[in-house]
Amino acid sequence: MNEDLEHIAREIRFRLIRLSHEAQSAHLAGALSCVDILVALYWRILRIDPADPLARGRDRLVFSKGHAVAALYAILAKKGFFLEQNLARYNQPGAGYPEQPCPGLTPGVEWATGSLGHGLGVGLGMALASKIQKNPHSTFVVMSDGECQEGSVWEASMLAPRLDLSPLTVIVDFNGWQATGRSREIMQMEPLAEKWTTFGWDACEIDGHSMQEILAALESPRDHRPRAIIARTTKGKGASFIEDDNNWHYRSPTSEEVERAAQELKVAT
Amino acid sequence: MRNAFADEILKIALEDQRIVVLSGDIGNRLFDKFKAAMPERFHNCGVAEANMISLAAGLASSGLCPVCYTITPFVTTRCLEQIKLDVCYHNMPVTIVGTGSGLSYAALGSTHHSFEDLAIMRCLPGMRVLAPADAPELRQILRSTFDQSAPAYLRIGKKGEPVLTEGQPFHPNRWQCLREGRDAIILSCGTILEEALSAAENLSASGIHAAVWNCASVKPLDFEALSSLPPAPVFTVEEHSILGGFGSAVAEFLSFQLSAPRVHRLGIPDEFLHDTGEQHESRIHCGIDSAGIMKAVTAALR
Repeated sequence: MNEDLEHIAREIRFRLIRLSHEAQSAHLAGALSCVDILVALYWRILRIDPADPLARGRDRLVFSKGHAVAALYAILAKKGFFLEQNLARYNQPGAGYPEQPCPGLTPGVEWATGSLGHGLGVGLGMALASKIQKNPHSTFVVMSDGECQEGSVWEASMLAPRLDLSPLTVIVDFNGWQATGRSREIMQMEPLAEKWTTFGWDACEIDGHSMQEILAALESPRDHRPRAIIARTTKGKGASFIEDDNNWHYRSPTSEEVERAAQELKVAT
Repeated sequence: MRNAFADEILKIALEDQRIVVLSGDIGNRLFDKFKAAMPERFHNCGVAEANMISLAAGLASSGLCPVCYTITPFVTTRCLEQIKLDVCYHNMPVTIVGTGSGLSYAALGSTHHSFEDLAIMRCLPGMRVLAPADAPELRQILRSTFDQSAPAYLRIGKKGEPVLTEGQPFHPNRWQCLREGRDAIILSCGTILEEALSAAENLSASGIHAAVWNCASVKPLDFEALSSLPPAPVFTVEEHSILGGFGSAVAEFLSFQLSAPRVHRLGIPDEFLHDTGEQHESRIHCGIDSAGIMKAVTAALR
């Protein structure tokens, strides 16, 4: 029933692999891991009009893992926030689609991120503003698992339940890797969902590549608590030779590797 | 000064729906009236300043004007990256108010001293940096802050500062000449003004006529005032490190002038202060009390 979304996700993944090759840009694997989450959000959940991306009552998505912004650009292009051909400008100087997001530059990019641990606090502010101004909208923050090592994340996580920010959702793209190793070997990450639960969030853990599980986690009825979704993902998801290999935090694919990815993803080149 | 802040922000917020006050668990009972009048627009963000700043930026992105209030080091250097990226990089109209700045809490030691905040805040693009001298000036600066829809940093004292600027004409970003004099120019920044005025008074008794300017606006500087100073040595006075702060800003500007006066920077020496007593004793220790300023001016003119 979610075949259309799964097809879109495959297309986006291939676009990202090709983009990384064309732009010779890093962070491909962390972009691939969050594609299903973003597709579910943009195609089924978020109320943001691509023709009016700054509308007062829009839902807010803070993409806090700014290093993976290529995934967001590819999604925004496909949704019509800007022309798909503009993706060719990604990582080109002065072209409006920088390697990490800038404020007010690219249509549909809500917040400039890249230093980890900022997005959740900003999302709290957006959710609180919605309450103060009686301007009902939802706020979503997409973070990485490595990002959860920043103290500021836990500052924010302690405040959100106290402010009764139920229209706030954080989704952790838990791909298990960070810049130099497996996140669980660098810090005591686990049990991550339990941490959020004990901090007062309505937390759950899902397969972050199952469209059905992602949508169920986003759409299930809410109580007064903000929601945390720990989405287990595979870094580099979509091409067997990229998956779970942290070299792809840094390198970009060759043209042969792009061809191979097209075959694996069953998309036309 | 902090009571004036609480009183004035209450008055402003009653008229301006955009104002939201965030505190970092400080100001015991200070904001009771605000909380009673507008509970939805006052939030104690706990002992978690980094999150307070990011949250403020998120509020501002929706059109609100948040004010972040706690003790100066905790609302400046502690959460510097949040100020740099979430507030300044996004040019969000967040007003950061550092209370008990400089030597206000001298006896509490380096954890509560702020001698580097002016230096650090003024090198953030888009940030206005303001250090009012007393409660009336604080009230006026606070009111003018929200008209500009841009980040601002206000460095204020704690309580009991003498009122020195009452009745002075106020223009945002302009300095006030409180005393004329052609032998020396004392440019005073912030609550140290009382010492500067007292020094000038005592100097006049020994025949040295020093002008005294109250310079609340550190960024932008009052370029017009600086460009029209009479030819006399300049003495900058601040409760801040002699490195990077108000005096440095003045020296940077004057270094462009063809016939610039000498600039003597009086402030906290480049060291941590240990056990130097309360504010007054610490001012004496640093040579920025009335007698210390007088001594510096006299020595330079000799």
